[in-house]
Amino acid sequence: MGLNSLTLIKLRQLIDRGEVRPHEILIDVFKRIQEVEEKVRAYISLATDKAYEMAKDSEEYIFSGKRSFVTGIPIAIKDNICTKNIFTTCASKILYNFRPPYESTVTSRLLKDRYILVGKTNMDEFAMGSSTENSGFHITKNPWNLECVPGGSSGGSAAAVAADECIAALGSDTGGSIRQPASFCGVVGLKPTYGMVSRFGLVAFASSLDQIGPITKCVADSAILMNVIAGHDPMDSTSVPLDKIDFTESLGRDVKGFRIGIPKEYFIEGMDKDVEERVREAIVQLESLGCIPVEISLPHTEYAVATYYIVATSEASSNLARYDGVKYGLRVEGKDLLDMYMKTRSRGFGAEVKRRIMLGTYSLSAGYYDAYYKKALQVRNLIRKDFESAFKEVDFIVTPTSPSPAFKIGEKVEDPLQMYLSDIFTISVNLAGLPAISIPCGFSLKGLPIGFQIIGKPFDEKGILQLAYAYEQSTPWHKMKPMI
Amino acid sequence: MEYEAVIGLEVHAQLLTESKIFCGCSTQFGNEPNTQVCPVCLGMPGVLPVLNQKAVEYTIKTGLAMNCRIAPYSRFARKNYFYPDLPKGYQISQYELPLCEDGYLEIVIDGEKRKIRIKRIHLEEDAGKNIHDTSGYSFVDFNRTGVPLMEIVSEPDIKSPKEAALYMKKLRTILRYLGVCDGNMEQGSLRCDANVSVKPVGSEEFGVKTEIKNINSFRFVERALEYEIKRQIRVLSEGGKIIQETRLWDSQAGITQSMRSKEEAHDYRYFPEPDLVPVVVSEEWINEIKKTMPELPDQKIERFIKDYALPEYDADILTAEKELAEWFEEAVKESRKPKEVSNWIMVELLRLLNEEGKEIRDCNVKPSQLAELIELVSKGTINRNTAKDVFEEMYKTGKNASEIVKEKGLVQISDENVIIEAIREVIAKNTKEVERYRAGEEKLIGFFVGQVMKLTKGKANPKIVNELVVKLLKEE
Repeated sequence: MGLNSLTLIKLRQLIDRGEVRPHEILIDVFKRIQEVEEKVRAYISLATDKAYEMAKDSEEYIFSGKRSFVTGIPIAIKDNICTKNIFTTCASKILYNFRPPYESTVTSRLLKDRYILVGKTNMDEFAMGSSTENSGFHITKNPWNLECVPGGSSGGSAAAVAADECIAALGSDTGGSIRQPASFCGVVGLKPTYGMVSRFGLVAFASSLDQIGPITKCVADSAILMNVIAGHDPMDSTSVPLDKIDFTESLGRDVKGFRIGIPKEYFIEGMDKDVEERVREAIVQLESLGCIPVEISLPHTEYAVATYYIVATSEASSNLARYDGVKYGLRVEGKDLLDMYMKTRSRGFGAEVKRRIMLGTYSLSAGYYDAYYKKALQVRNLIRKDFESAFKEVDFIVTPTSPSPAFKIGEKVEDPLQMYLSDIFTISVNLAGLPAISIPCGFSLKGLPIGFQIIGKPFDEKGILQLAYAYEQSTPWHKMKPMI
Repeated sequence: MEYEAVIGLEVHAQLLTESKIFCGCSTQFGNEPNTQVCPVCLGMPGVLPVLNQKAVEYTIKTGLAMNCRIAPYSRFARKNYFYPDLPKGYQISQYELPLCEDGYLEIVIDGEKRKIRIKRIHLEEDAGKNIHDTSGYSFVDFNRTGVPLMEIVSEPDIKSPKEAALYMKKLRTILRYLGVCDGNMEQGSLRCDANVSVKPVGSEEFGVKTEIKNINSFRFVERALEYEIKRQIRVLSEGGKIIQETRLWDSQAGITQSMRSKEEAHDYRYFPEPDLVPVVVSEEWINEIKKTMPELPDQKIERFIKDYALPEYDADILTAEKELAEWFEEAVKESRKPKEVSNWIMVELLRLLNEEGKEIRDCNVKPSQLAELIELVSKGTINRNTAKDVFEEMYKTGKNASEIVKEKGLVQISDENVIIEAIREVIAKNTKEVERYRAGEEKLIGFFVGQVMKLTKGKANPKIVNELVVKLLKEE
């Protein structure tokens, strides 16, 4: 096993002690990519030449006596996060040739630390989907079973981390798009509180729900990445002004006495037996660490998926209006303006994106607004209040991340509703703007990873990282590697 | 049947902020296409708007000047429609919760004061400009995209095209006083759409309205409305029906033409802008802005009447532009003859400026120079007629009055001996007229005065000439 299989925290030590040089890590990463990428297909584009340049930069930075959290660390970036002059396609044909003239805030912060960009990872087109099968370019496979999906929409990032094709990755999460693929691929995924990480440069799907977050091999790595990417950004009006936080500070602290809420609505008839068992076992494990499980109720849970698909699609229908063939990306010529618009958008967008644009356009239309969009905002408020009252009794809420382990490629493609339901446990968190992490808690009988979710109070990332870390360190799951 | 019009105006005013409403790009007018753009105003994927506080401040200022309630909590909304000059596919505007509501503006029509209620004032971003040429391609200039725009919506309180024009003028004056908009309709920094309907005189019920767009000059406010009102009355009196529609003013043809009907109207699918947080305006902020408010036209008129004993007519004209009012006050400070200064400005200065289409800020004459001219007249150094010529010379050259008087030898002749000599010469030359005068034809006095003035090249003091002519004619 090469340096590519190590964690960020481990490599940080090795680099800082002068035992390993960033370009050595990078060589191992690209060696691994050469071995497995053909099977996994986690990336849309690789930044090979650029990556070696960046490795050199990082070494110079280190030689000049400087270093920071991600200096010299090869990281993969989801292809909906803008990287200056580097293709950023959102896995959509409509942006097949788009090279942003600017850098997103999160990658600017990584650049300041002299990280190494490995490549841009595959995803569901415009982050719309739960399996990465909606990519406009190709399908990504689950490194644990190449016949299964890696989850989505950040499936490429999760697969790249799980397959050791990078050290860590960034994803984005609108309804579970970091946590669900993390659970499918047996890695850690953190969705920060809405407003904790700048969205500037994240190509918007649903602006009031989107958050960028880390996908990593262990909890500590997520904390380290958060140290770099979190914090107020004047370019994002919805980013919250907070003092600088050290997310690693709480790691290793005792979790005795933490009250863990177990929402009864999240353990339902007919849910996958393996998932239920693994999550129950995880709760027992947390108990053995001194946590106190408390049954709670989040009564409006059953409305979450419906609410989400109105709010998210409404915002998306507006956010995606800019892809009109006028300024950048794909243009299909037409006989007049309207014809050009229609041809460009018909050919540029995939089926799922079109479905959501239509749903959203409908919800916002005159005569329907009150019944759909406005009502959805009201229910969203109720869901938020569910969590508020739950958090008066408990410190954290523990749930499965997904109702099932990774499903087969093609299994749910024809049934969008079934696909939407795979986000049932993660969606409420986005509607309420809360932080949540998914961490591995074992495997299904068929050997597929299963993850569970820890939801925290707003801006209590440190708390959930502390609890997740305590669990992780007491279990072997994060050390398991797929055979590809 | 007699009809009366019901008019409401929607005025768009570009704000004079240095930078655009949601990014740092310059708002300057008239530069090379697409030189004042950035990823944010171009609507690149992933960019986010950041609100320009100055634009909010300017809107609040306007709201206060128009007696509006300033919303403590307002928010932006997206107005969705496709057009090449709209890079995001939506315009960030305000919908349910505008910044200012329920104000009014006072106009004076036929000597009577009328309140025109303001429904709302909200803030939004301007779109770009499509340019069509003969190559068969269209181009888009995004320089204007994101320039802050204030929309001022009146209630349908306006009763005639003349009132509409007065309202527009008053609005423009206020905006210019506040320094929030340059009010230039030709360059598009002030634009006006009109909603207009007609109803039988005295009827409570409003008729079906049309919206007139593209009224892009001050002259056209009245003309477009006059046309549209006549058109509607004609349709109704011929037994027809008014269709609710948007009509375009064609200034060349002088008519309005149907652009789209109600059925074709856009569904803008407004919803709250998730990329911006609500605008919270504190009482303290409002008070701070109040402190920076200039004296407004109405207050100034009142003060001019009171402090300078000017007729309302004078005060009205002098306060139409803030710079003009300031010019007046400065001149008065030096000359202490307000009515005299006012006369000079209204009769001479404004005439000269208008002839050249200039504004007071382009004027060569300084207020202190007018004061000096007035002083020369009142001391009797030059007479009033000469002063007019001197003023024109001042306006042309920027020279001081005394300098011109000296250069051209225009000093008034008040020396009685010189004048007597001239009168004697006139009497000697015009013996017939002298006889007629003495025979009782007294009106001939004017003739003699005129001849004396002519002889002295207009420099003789007319008052003295008058007295002496009478005296000398009687003497001999």
